[in-house]
Amino acid sequence: MSAAIQCRDLRKTYDGKVEAVRGLNLEVLTGECFGLLGPNGAGKTTTIEILEGLLAPTSGEVSILGHSWRDDEREMREWLGISLQETRLSEKLTVRETIELFASFYREPRSSDEVLEQLQLTEKADSWVGKLSGGQRQRLAVATALVCNPKILFLDEPTTGLDPQSRRQLWDIIRAFQRDGGTVMLTTHYMDEAERLCDRLAIVDHGQVIAEGSPADLIERLGGHHVVEFAVSGTSADGKSDGAALQAWKGLPSVESVREDDGMVALNVKQPHLTIPALLDAIHQQGTQLQHLTTRQASLEDVFVRLTGRHLRED
Amino acid sequence: MSVAQETPVTTKQTPPSPPRRNGRWAGYTHLLAARMLELKREPEVVFWVFVFPLLLALGLGIAFRNKPADATRVAVVSGDDAQHVVSLLQSSPGHTAIHAVIVDVAAAKNGLRLGKYDLIIEPPRDGQVVYDFDPARPESVLSRDEVDQALQSALGRKDVIVAHSAASSEPGSRYIDFLIPGLLGMNLMNSGMWGIGFALVDMRQRKLLKRFVGTPMRRGDFLLAIMTSRLLLMVIEIGLLLVFGVIFFHMRVLGSVFSIALLGGLGSLTFGGVGLLTASRAQKIESISGLINLVMMPMWIFSGVFFSYERFPAAIHPLIKALPLTALNDALRASILEGTPLLQQWPRLLILGLCGGISFVLALKWFRWT
Ligand SMILES: Nc1ncnc2c1ncn2[C@@H]1O[C@H](COP(=O)(O)OP(=O)(O)OP(=O)(O)O)[C@@H](O)[C@H]1O
Ligand SMILES: [Mg+2]
Repeated sequence: MSAAIQCRDLRKTYDGKVEAVRGLNLEVLTGECFGLLGPNGAGKTTTIEILEGLLAPTSGEVSILGHSWRDDEREMREWLGISLQETRLSEKLTVRETIELFASFYREPRSSDEVLEQLQLTEKADSWVGKLSGGQRQRLAVATALVCNPKILFLDEPTTGLDPQSRRQLWDIIRAFQRDGGTVMLTTHYMDEAERLCDRLAIVDHGQVIAEGSPADLIERLGGHHVVEFAVSGTSADGKSDGAALQAWKGLPSVESVREDDGMVALNVKQPHLTIPALLDAIHQQGTQLQHLTTRQASLEDVFVRLTGRHLRED
Repeated sequence: MSVAQETPVTTKQTPPSPPRRNGRWAGYTHLLAARMLELKREPEVVFWVFVFPLLLALGLGIAFRNKPADATRVAVVSGDDAQHVVSLLQSSPGHTAIHAVIVDVAAAKNGLRLGKYDLIIEPPRDGQVVYDFDPARPESVLSRDEVDQALQSALGRKDVIVAHSAASSEPGSRYIDFLIPGLLGMNLMNSGMWGIGFALVDMRQRKLLKRFVGTPMRRGDFLLAIMTSRLLLMVIEIGLLLVFGVIFFHMRVLGSVFSIALLGGLGSLTFGGVGLLTASRAQKIESISGLINLVMMPMWIFSGVFFSYERFPAAIHPLIKALPLTALNDALRASILEGTPLLQQWPRLLILGLCGGISFVLALKWFRWT
């Protein structure tokens, strides 16, 4: 498969001070759904807007389907459907008028009715944009991107602020687009979204890619397979176990890494059935009390915490 | 992962419809239609652009109609001879336009200060009258002469020459006739600056401009559509105000509709250009509001909307005449009230054209779409 989006050594420094993107390399294949996952301020929007040709990079190369923004901007615009992180469309136009307006900019757009139906906006076609709910607005934003029959869809946090059901609807729309051969690039700070929607993703922090791969691959490589979290009564009062005690847990069988998380000890574990009995024994020998014990499948969140020592979303 | 098991909500039963093709001007016509629809659905716009100027014309037109205020209001300071002075003034031939009252000194001084009286007469002592007036107020100065005349002739002074005067309140020379072209000019400036400058910054702040730039939309078409919508509104604005003036105040329009429309168009484009320039870099609607007011303020004051700029010192007249609104107001007045052909007004048209053209070029150079 050929590359739909490529960028090399992308850098963006705002006002000579803020280094939003520092040397980013990406390659997105045709037909792929690629995600940029990262916390607030990581540089996702900056990156995606540079790729969309809306922001000039301080340095670096971008190529979209083999073309560069310098040479073929007008032609390239015909291929891209874009939804920005925050666009407030005109409130006094109806949904249909808005879609028709965007359709009118393209040489061969899709029919508005078809797009309305696909995004389940037919019912709202004649309502003013100002009267739509958040989820409907978000769908309209995607509709304005899809109406041009794009080859590549760029979505910047398409589901932020939506309820679970609306998010799921949007995921389905994105998958349908991908099934028809489209390429998708999206940003998100929802782990589950990245995990379920993206074929591959790049975890971005401080303007750099700190890990890249398929969600399963990333979890496998970096998250450990399972996470065992527990707390013991011996843990000191301020919630921090001292480093030496923490490292002691690493000696348990099948443990890959240890970290302290919100007053609990979290172990990345390959085979919980080997670790847990040993853990219980160890606690028994220490004479402390087990306060809490859970095990779960490792997630992208664990990957992120492992890589940065921070959580993706502080809420 | 269970991605594969989820049934998609959207299934594509309908085969994709045959692609439609957009012509060269599809974007432009849609942008223009969208802009007009938005304006129509915005009650504030309808009020400020159409209703407000009419209310202003109505209010000012009535306030200054037939000017009964032209009667000179005189305070006679109470005293022995006060009543005598009042009766002298009343008996004076041809001076019924003097309205005199007797009040005490404090009330008289206060009234003069507040503009309630134009003149204070202190009753004669030792055969002398004292006029107390405000030299900074034209009506006060006039009043001094008028009252003096009346008193002198009532006491027997003879005119050396017989003079007749003709009062001129023909349509064409009244305040309302002066006012309406000025309001037209001001309205064209206001709606050019707000309708273009403010609207663009609003779209920039809403990231709508950025979103548009993310499509193959031609940027020139976008600006052209905004300007066209301005011209369409201009026709309605001018038409309404002129028809209103003709119907309510029996205003006489001497110039041709064509030349007035041409002036209106030129004025709209000029202030559209200035609005565009003002809006070329501002990111927030707060900052554009300030900028717009800053640009318009000198023209409100100096360009002769409500009163003639002839009252300002002659030294600054060349500066005043270089302001685009002055040129527009003067040209509108000359065309509407005197029917002066546009060709004779070329210096004014040149000012408008230059001002608009330069603004436009600079605006396009500096304009930020994101
Ligand atoms: N126009 C700008 N001028 C100056 N600094 C900016 C500008 N836009 C973004 N930044 C800075 O660049 C950094 C990256 O911002 P960016 O919007 O790309 O982050 P993000 O990953 O999209 O975050 P979020 O999840 O909040 O959308 C931030 O520190 C931000 O403050
Ligand atoms: Mg962002």
